[in-house]
Amino acid sequence: MAIVAEPQQPDLREPAGWRRTSNRIATWLMVLAFVLVIIPLGFVLFTVIAKGVSIISWSFLTSGPIPPIVLPASVGGLGPAVLGTIEITALATVLAVPLGILGAVYLNEYGGKGPLARLIGFMADVMTGVPSIIMGLFIFAIWVLHFGYSGLAGALALGCLMLPVVIRSTDEMLKLVPDPLREASYALGATKARVTVTVVLPAAIGGIVSGALLAVARAAGETAPLIFTILGGTSVANTNVFKGANTALPLQIFSNATQPYTGAQARAWGAALALIAIAFILMIAARLVTARFTRYSR
Amino acid sequence: MSTVVKADPVGPAGSARLLSERRPLGDRGFQVLTLACGLLVLVILVLIAVSTTQQSTSWFSAEGLKIFTNNWNPAANQFGALAFIYGTIITAIIALVIAVPVSLGVALLLTEVVPYRWARPIVTVIDLLAVVPSVVWGLWGILVFAPWIQHIYASIGSGVNGIPVLGSLFGPPTSGASFFTAGIILAFMITPIVTSLSREVIATVPAIDKEGAYALGATRLEMIRGAVWPHSQGGVVGAVLLGLGRAMGETIAVALVIGSSPVITSHLFAPGYNMPAVIANQFGEASGEFRAALMGIGVLLFVFTIIINVIARWIVERSARRKRGA
Amino acid sequence: MEQPEQNPVATTSLPKPAALQESKPVSDTPGVAVFDTKNLSIYYGAFRAVTDVSLTVHENEITAFIGPSGCGKTTVLRTLNRMNDLIPTARVDGDVHYRGASLYAKDVSPIAVRRRIGMVFQKPNPFPKSIYDNVAYGPRINGERNKGRLNEIVERSLRQAALWDEVKDRLKHSGLGLSGGQAQRLCIARTLAVEPDVVLMDEPASALDPIATGRIEDLMHEIKSRYTIVIVTHNMQQATRVSDRTAFFSVLVDSKSDTRTGTLVEYGRTEQIFQDPHDSRTQAYVTGRVG
Repeated sequence: MAIVAEPQQPDLREPAGWRRTSNRIATWLMVLAFVLVIIPLGFVLFTVIAKGVSIISWSFLTSGPIPPIVLPASVGGLGPAVLGTIEITALATVLAVPLGILGAVYLNEYGGKGPLARLIGFMADVMTGVPSIIMGLFIFAIWVLHFGYSGLAGALALGCLMLPVVIRSTDEMLKLVPDPLREASYALGATKARVTVTVVLPAAIGGIVSGALLAVARAAGETAPLIFTILGGTSVANTNVFKGANTALPLQIFSNATQPYTGAQARAWGAALALIAIAFILMIAARLVTARFTRYSR
Repeated sequence: MSTVVKADPVGPAGSARLLSERRPLGDRGFQVLTLACGLLVLVILVLIAVSTTQQSTSWFSAEGLKIFTNNWNPAANQFGALAFIYGTIITAIIALVIAVPVSLGVALLLTEVVPYRWARPIVTVIDLLAVVPSVVWGLWGILVFAPWIQHIYASIGSGVNGIPVLGSLFGPPTSGASFFTAGIILAFMITPIVTSLSREVIATVPAIDKEGAYALGATRLEMIRGAVWPHSQGGVVGAVLLGLGRAMGETIAVALVIGSSPVITSHLFAPGYNMPAVIANQFGEASGEFRAALMGIGVLLFVFTIIINVIARWIVERSARRKRGA
Repeated sequence: MEQPEQNPVATTSLPKPAALQESKPVSDTPGVAVFDTKNLSIYYGAFRAVTDVSLTVHENEITAFIGPSGCGKTTVLRTLNRMNDLIPTARVDGDVHYRGASLYAKDVSPIAVRRRIGMVFQKPNPFPKSIYDNVAYGPRINGERNKGRLNEIVERSLRQAALWDEVKDRLKHSGLGLSGGQAQRLCIARTLAVEPDVVLMDEPASALDPIATGRIEDLMHEIKSRYTIVIVTHNMQQATRVSDRTAFFSVLVDSKSDTRTGTLVEYGRTEQIFQDPHDSRTQAYVTGRVG
């Protein structure tokens, strides 16, 4: 017969000592890391909004010309720079996004696992890490020296920045489109081009647009490529994006940031607020597009 | 939905033609078009290398190996660029030392600690951090952050003045615009990319491994060390290298807060300079060999960042491949 | 059935949970109740995954949970060592007692629970470390630092898992380089290294070939005298081969809301369940007519 010991209830409480302490410390450190991220972000946003909101107005954003730096912020406005940012970024988008999408189509639909596609995909990833200033120097060397400063040159530089980003994000979206969708289209006798354009791209369009918007947000805020390509000294709006020097919001911020005059600095804060607002709007738009239109993301 | 598709031209009834035998011109043209767009990536990279080198040959030939000396004096036509290389490395190291622990902490927070509902807002904060343009960081840095932190530098500086190692690192001269300030701002800027990449890497650790550790009675920290870390160390190294590449190439924020002083010094709170910053700040007024020198510094920067990015991407890809194979 | 092999290495330094005792072969009078559940229901959010499970698992017995897929047997198993805590929306209703103590009481630490109630998973999951470090992981996190004692523990655990002879010369090799059957025995060794009171097994042999499966089943017989084992299996023959008691779970379909909820249908001695089932659903399942 089995000897039954007195049943004692097991002690199921948490083991005390170093194990519990080290686990708690680790968790708090992780929380601290997040706090360390929030603090500078909060600071920057708070400062930009606080200092910029008094400058920002419709006339500030639309009227020109840009006054000399000594004048206070109430004189003139940054209209030429806003126009410059819009037209140059738009041109860059028109150049880079279609080319990027087509490049991603090659990678995903035609290239597959072949060596060339793998090389292109790998170098596209590498290219996203090329500093933006290099793109500026590149376009300077290859275009500006021959054709002069222009909004187009700036758009080329920004386009080079955007291209690999668009390729990569589009490629990710195309990968998510399930193969059965393609097969159904092939089975109806469609060519690869038709399948891609009529079935695959529409299925991925939400993610593609979202990725493109984020690329635009990044490009709109870039300064370094513009220094070497649009010159930036202009004070009046240049509506011809293909000819002649131009200016843009980031350049205005850059040149005004080092000025001792309060007017110049105020204009810089106003431009910074405008720039951040543009970037945020694009980011929110990207999220809305993702939420509303992606059907196949998991 | 019926799709009317123009069939391939067929021969007499009954003769079947494989689709691959003759593809319509449009289809082939489309393929060529996409290939051309893909090749654009390689073409641009090659053109960058060629054109920028071409513009800087006068510098390379005039200075030769002297480009690696600390002798930058445009007025006297001397263009040794060592100070900028030094500055690039130092600011990048400072940025990594600050950003890597923070990024890993947030990545682990997101993957292991936070319940699903809270993950979204945290990721949003990281995305917000990523979308602030470089020039805005620079503006805030030079007009708000630098004047504020200058006082802290000054107190630390006077405090450690004279102490052997600390004094030469943190002693005077101190300035708001300095190596260290640039490093801090860079840390803010590279945190998003290191965080999101680390998070991707950590998320690929199979849940079953984590469960195995928990089932043995491990605390969360013990589980992370036992199951998560061995799987993700390779990928995290890749993520850190990518952050390094970003830190080396960030231009405008650094140009505004680094102090614009081409010196090599161990004093981290002193003003300094780095490669992208000098190009951005001085290119407008440069010509002739000066301009060639700045271009050449750009070439060096291009080479450095390409090498780092290639290594980083290769590491990340290899650890992802190993995971899929395992 | 052969005598269980005497383990040469018997010393251990880990604190043994209370109330473990030498066992006798299972008789009709059941031993100490290790687990006792009453009206246990498990929810994922608002969805009731398992309902009304009341059973008692006895010491030094092998208890099998069988049933068609989706009947909640793995869910119930994971409730026994608080592994369902890892799923954010999981919730437990009813009583679950382990040797008299409530497993889901306020101050109960899942870590302490899992130290006593170990688990082997369906798919072998060795850590990407050496074989030695895999087995030593548990003792190390419990504070064992002494090299000599760790060596003893590793050898003893690998012997208990019938793996020692195959790996004793390559303890420093990676645990990932083992075959499926070996890897699973490594995971068992890893679980045994902390000397738990109970070993839960979630379809431990389903990913293995028949020979490896046979090895695992032999292992279970050998360690039965020192541990209490609960095994989930979809293989009825396996249940008859290894278990002393069997619990048959099935699915209740609610036609109105089209939800499927698992529940315990019948629980008893294995011979009785398979040869003389009381419930018609049990009979239908074990005779192969359904499931």
